[in-house]
Amino acid sequence: MRALLLRDLRLAMRAGGGFGLAMAFFLIVVVLVPFAVGPRADLHSAIAPGVLWLGALLACLLSLDRIFALDWEDGTLDLLATAPLPLETVVIAKALAHWLTTGLPLVLLAPVLGILLNLAPEAYGALTLSLLVGTPALSVIGAFGAALTVGVKRGGLLLSLLVLPLYVPSLIFGADMVRRAVQQSAFTTPLLLLAGITCGAIALLPFASAAVLRVNLR
Amino acid sequence: MNAIWQYANPKKFIDTSERLLPWVAGLAALCLGVGLVWGYFLTPDAERFGATVKIIYLHVPAAMMAISAWFMMLVASLIWIIRRHHVSALAARAAAPVGAVMTVIGLVTGAIWGQPMWGTWWAWDPRLTSFLILFLFYLGYIALWAAIEDDDSAADLTSILCLVGSVFAVLSRYAVNFWNQGLHQGASLSLDKEENVADVFYIPLLVCIAGFVLLFLALVLMRTGTEIRARRMRVLLARERMK
Repeated sequence: MRALLLRDLRLAMRAGGGFGLAMAFFLIVVVLVPFAVGPRADLHSAIAPGVLWLGALLACLLSLDRIFALDWEDGTLDLLATAPLPLETVVIAKALAHWLTTGLPLVLLAPVLGILLNLAPEAYGALTLSLLVGTPALSVIGAFGAALTVGVKRGGLLLSLLVLPLYVPSLIFGADMVRRAVQQSAFTTPLLLLAGITCGAIALLPFASAAVLRVNLR
Repeated sequence: MNAIWQYANPKKFIDTSERLLPWVAGLAALCLGVGLVWGYFLTPDAERFGATVKIIYLHVPAAMMAISAWFMMLVASLIWIIRRHHVSALAARAAAPVGAVMTVIGLVTGAIWGQPMWGTWWAWDPRLTSFLILFLFYLGYIALWAAIEDDDSAADLTSILCLVGSVFAVLSRYAVNFWNQGLHQGASLSLDKEENVADVFYIPLLVCIAGFVLLFLALVLMRTGTEIRARRMRVLLARERMK
């Protein structure tokens, strides 16, 4: 499993990998928002939690099809399926690699972009924490979507259509948590719910993803 | 116990459903005709709501069927995954567009009612929002069926999507509840509550609901039969080409 993880990380880091792409996309989305809504600092700070979460979510979505598509095309996935490693573990390793190369950089980048959007100073901790807790779910759910559409040619649009509704609960709780932090009220409830969704997704979805991959490899 | 599984045989299913179909469709037309005419022309206008209350006869049954259709797809998907009866997978496939249309009817009639009553076509109310999300789930499910060429793979993948989607649909329902308090009134049809709509509206509404259930049943039976025939035709054509 570690070998697989390291391999995926190395592939993503190389030129042509998706490493910088998600961060660049996130940056561009956040930079474009003030142009779209006009130069009003109070408005920016009001919508900052939502925009930061939405930007992170879309940036995550952008690189999802890379999780399985390349390995599917060159046949690596067939080899992985016949390897002694259970396919569920393969899915977890791939989702983890995806999170380390997109989710984690987004978490680290988000506070910096928060400054651009004039986010209230109280909310930086909550923003980082909510993304840290929430983005693993995005990667695991995304891996499920990628596994579903791996056999479809040009499945990118279908992938977004399938995955976006599944992202709704995470988005609601994540953005709500940051909003509560901005208002300086307690945000334990959304944090726990967000963590619950992430834990549940990590525990259950790899089985569904592996089942789906087996069907696609049949 | 064996009784229900014999309809997993496509031939048996088509024979039975064809015998049932005229009756189910006829009853659906009768119930809908009686219920809608009764509801629209023979009930008084409600206090405070005026004539707009009458949209309830389309809105409530459609919304109920939108949820029930997804539930039926869930059950059919489970049967396909566990027992691998093709008719079951095809029934789930046949129900999806019907459910999606029911969702749209629910949303549109709700918007038409909301404009004079709430002063807005759309509000980000939990019920409305979760219905919109349900509609997205329907779209994804239908699109996945359409995108995959191999029939059995498509059935497998969509069944698993249906299972995962059901969990997330329920999650979203509670998440949006948490996110925003609603404008939409609470349940008004529970069997055990005092606060139901008045009997004058209640009885035609029940007739309409029965009509929608029968309509859904008729459409699913018909569409499943079509799917079975289409698949049979493809096989025959393929066999012709082999010769």
